[in-house]
Amino acid sequence: MSAVIEEHHDDHHHGPDKGIMRWVLTTNHKDIGTLYLWFSFIMFLTGGVMALVIRAELFQPGLQLVQPEFFNQMTTMHGLIMVFGAVMPAFVGLANWLVPMMIGAPDMALPRMNNFSFWILPFAFAMLLSSLLMEGGAPNFGWTFYAPLSTDYGPPSTTFFIFGVHLMGISSIMGSINVIVTILNLRAPGMTLMKMPLFVWTWLITAYLLIAVMPVLAGVVTMMLMDIHFNTAFFNAGGGGDPVLFQHVFWFFGHPEVYIMILPAFGVVSAIIPTFARKRLFGYDSMVYATASIAFLSFIVWAHHMFTVGIPIAGELYFMYATMLIAVPTGVKVFNWVATMWQGSMTFETPMLFSIAFVILFTIGGFSGLMLAIVPADFQYHDTYFVVAHFHYVLVPGSVFSIMAAVYYWLPKWTGNMYNETLGKTHFWLSFIGVNITFFPQHFTGLAGMPRRIPDYALQFADYNMISSCGAFLFGFSQLLFLFIVIRTIKGGKKATDQVWEGAHGLEWTIPSPAPYHTFSTPPKDLSEAHG
Amino acid sequence: MIRAKSSQWITGLFLLLSGHAAFAGWGDLNMTRGVTEISREVYDLHMIIFGVCVLIGIVVFGVMIVSMLMHRKSLGAKPATFHENTRLEYLWTIIPIVILIGLAVPATGTLRAMYDAGESDLDIEVRGLQWKWQYTYLNEDPTREVKFVSNLLTPATEINNQADKGQFYLLEVDEPLVIPVNKRIRFLITSEDVIHAWWVPAFAVKKDAVPGFVHESWAIVEEPGVYRGQCAELCGKDHGFMPIVVHAVEQSEYETWLAGKQEEARLVYETVGKEWTKDELMATGEDVYARVCQTCHQANGQGIPPAFPSLVGTGLSVGPIDAHIDIVVNGKAGTAMQAFGSQLNPAELAAVITYERNAWGNDTGDVLQPSRVNEMLTGGQ
Ligand code: HEC
Ligand code: HEM
Ligand SMILES: [Cu+2]
Ligand SMILES: [Cu+2]
Repeated sequence: MSAVIEEHHDDHHHGPDKGIMRWVLTTNHKDIGTLYLWFSFIMFLTGGVMALVIRAELFQPGLQLVQPEFFNQMTTMHGLIMVFGAVMPAFVGLANWLVPMMIGAPDMALPRMNNFSFWILPFAFAMLLSSLLMEGGAPNFGWTFYAPLSTDYGPPSTTFFIFGVHLMGISSIMGSINVIVTILNLRAPGMTLMKMPLFVWTWLITAYLLIAVMPVLAGVVTMMLMDIHFNTAFFNAGGGGDPVLFQHVFWFFGHPEVYIMILPAFGVVSAIIPTFARKRLFGYDSMVYATASIAFLSFIVWAHHMFTVGIPIAGELYFMYATMLIAVPTGVKVFNWVATMWQGSMTFETPMLFSIAFVILFTIGGFSGLMLAIVPADFQYHDTYFVVAHFHYVLVPGSVFSIMAAVYYWLPKWTGNMYNETLGKTHFWLSFIGVNITFFPQHFTGLAGMPRRIPDYALQFADYNMISSCGAFLFGFSQLLFLFIVIRTIKGGKKATDQVWEGAHGLEWTIPSPAPYHTFSTPPKDLSEAHG
Repeated sequence: MIRAKSSQWITGLFLLLSGHAAFAGWGDLNMTRGVTEISREVYDLHMIIFGVCVLIGIVVFGVMIVSMLMHRKSLGAKPATFHENTRLEYLWTIIPIVILIGLAVPATGTLRAMYDAGESDLDIEVRGLQWKWQYTYLNEDPTREVKFVSNLLTPATEINNQADKGQFYLLEVDEPLVIPVNKRIRFLITSEDVIHAWWVPAFAVKKDAVPGFVHESWAIVEEPGVYRGQCAELCGKDHGFMPIVVHAVEQSEYETWLAGKQEEARLVYETVGKEWTKDELMATGEDVYARVCQTCHQANGQGIPPAFPSLVGTGLSVGPIDAHIDIVVNGKAGTAMQAFGSQLNPAELAAVITYERNAWGNDTGDVLQPSRVNEMLTGGQ
């Protein structure tokens, strides 16, 4: 393997190409990582604006800003863009930057495919977003696009949506193949699987999840396409089909999908907490096993999203028990992080703040998850704001906070400059307060009986919605500060050392800051720093 | 305008700072305890899991907070070197499993009670339609079958902020479901178009209404009262505007109500059989049109093209009558034009179609008899 890489020796001295073509044609994992991360941030802002449209409409009872048709388009597009456009590409971006540097590889194993999997995305999302301008409007059936609302009753733009989903799926599958091949083949000699940093482990498992379920998503949208255009009746009871079949197939993809969005976050946090606690990660082995069992369990719990569709009692009980079981490995992870902090020597730089907030708020999301798993109670929670609170707790202060923690943590390595700590902490506190003001009250609106996905609501929900909207605007605008901090750090700032953080361990901290365009052209010999 | 908006923001922030003193109380923050045995069991389950989560939270977050306060570099803390402890790791795998079993047992019990399909005293078919509910009190004798549609009552002016919002804003309907207390009511839930979900929090009943399938649920309501709920599955544009209102009344009151309804049903049934004059049809048709069709097609029949077509001088209203009947009875899939065949009775259908063919200068002169429509509805065509 290394012989092949040696032959390209002359390349090493020339850096990136000049101009726009550098980005279009690049096969460099760092460039592609950067592209993914910027793309994800743009999508985060786009989806964020839609969220603010939703929250502005819900600020008060009554219809003020938008009509119900458009409101439904906003909730749908917001969900799709945040899931497929913001969170997933951000993690792929982090994988691109970090996996090769963490395992001592010169690049991703399949660099051209890497370029291709990124460049599909702007087209996929341009197509999805263009549907907002089409006659009949954008998709309006929720990010879960249940049939027959999305088939017989969907707007004409549904076909574009289907095509967009196919493109995203292709991109994800190629990305995961790349991650798997890289991790399995390009590790520096001596780095056994059980010596890999946890971020690499979680991504390896995530990549398998992606390969397993993206084709299922592709399948379900294809069945929709057939129902819409070719007179099949997969999801049409009138033609002998079954609308509930749609939900089974969708959630067979959908539940692993939510773990696709959280496993890499576990990896990030498992890297950051030991650094700032100046102590080795507690229970490395059990972290790996817990991740693997969560991934396995995620395939056999899908119908917990469908407790009210009329499943026979045996099914309800099975899915309840299986779902409750997920809390066990999830708990193990949380306990391990806490044990890592215990008797450490902690400092609280911005990445650490985001990681600690992650552990606390993700756990709160886990608690509400456990409550939702209890079928009789879920009959009351399902499709209310309680569910909205649950998944935003695991996704915003969960996945999104971990991405922000990762950016602050590795930005000095990427750019060679330190970010401004005061600004970073300000960003953290604004986000932390904003997130809680937005989503905590939604537990109460949900319990009090407010259904989700409605543009207008009864008067008893008014106070909480107003609070929620205030929090949303605070959180939303705080992200502009994030943008400012990142740009400022790219432009300049205090020079970062190679190790950057006093307690940081791992191969990526042994190379110069900023990381040179090509790293580990020859595999590292000394792996003592490999994982913390 | 700006002023009003900013003062609302300030109110919002104020509410936020003042904690829940400003709110109506705990009842508004928590799950409804409800008026059925099942709903109270569900509530208790909810409180148990909630309590367990709070306890675990106190322990885990407590340890974190202590750690964050004590084990800081700034306090001179030196990092320990331990990084595993097999016994501890077994312990925190096993304890959660035990807790989970403790939760699963009562949950299983409640779920079994909910699924217990006993003999019912009354069967009601609940049918979701975009965007209203239709209730049918099933009865072996079709002439005595009571069937009606329950629409949102809140006027558009309140929704569009042109009038003050009433106490039951968005939770009021023109014709509520009426049920007797202390009787076992079986709900047979289905849908005409997309998936809806029929949810009454006070009964702890939430079940998806899936087109082509009938799902069952039941309740024994113990206290008379008015119970409100909403559709709980995204079903299109007006998903937020299809509430559910149930009046639970004493048996005697229920029987009086039912007798009145059955009499109405019988009258309608009879009217179908008789020969109607054009004037009668036109008069009834005008009523029905104003009540049902006017929101889209407008009082003058001109519609709001292109969204809602004009019915004057063009199209099916002056074309072949069969196609006209067909679109009114069966609607047109994928458009706002619904299938009115299941919402209006044959007399109303015949009247409104006759009206459309002879109003606003449409001069087909056609007189459509209810019996003819009835034949089409019952598959006579
Ligand atoms: C929610 C809005 C709405 C309501 C209420 C409504 N319609 Fe319609 N109607 C439509 C739409 C939209 C179309 C056009 C369907 C299409 O695309 O062909 C239509 C089409 C029609 C047509 C065919 C017009 C033509 O010439 O092609 C007739 C006849 C008609 N409606 C009658 C009625 C009657 C009778 C009622 C009341 C019982 C009614 N409509 C209520 C929206 C509505
Ligand atoms: C302890 C672990 C968890 C449990 C037991 C759990 C359980 C559940 C259950 C039962 C539901 C369905 C609720 C309903 O619709 O009535 C649900 C919804 C959801 N969960 Fe979780 N969950 C857990 C963790 C997570 C994580 C880690 C994520 C993502 C990062 C996540 C994301 C979601 C999303 C997005 C939904 C809503 C999907 C939708 O209907 O739009 N959950 N969860
Ligand atoms: Cu799930
Ligand atoms: Cu609905």
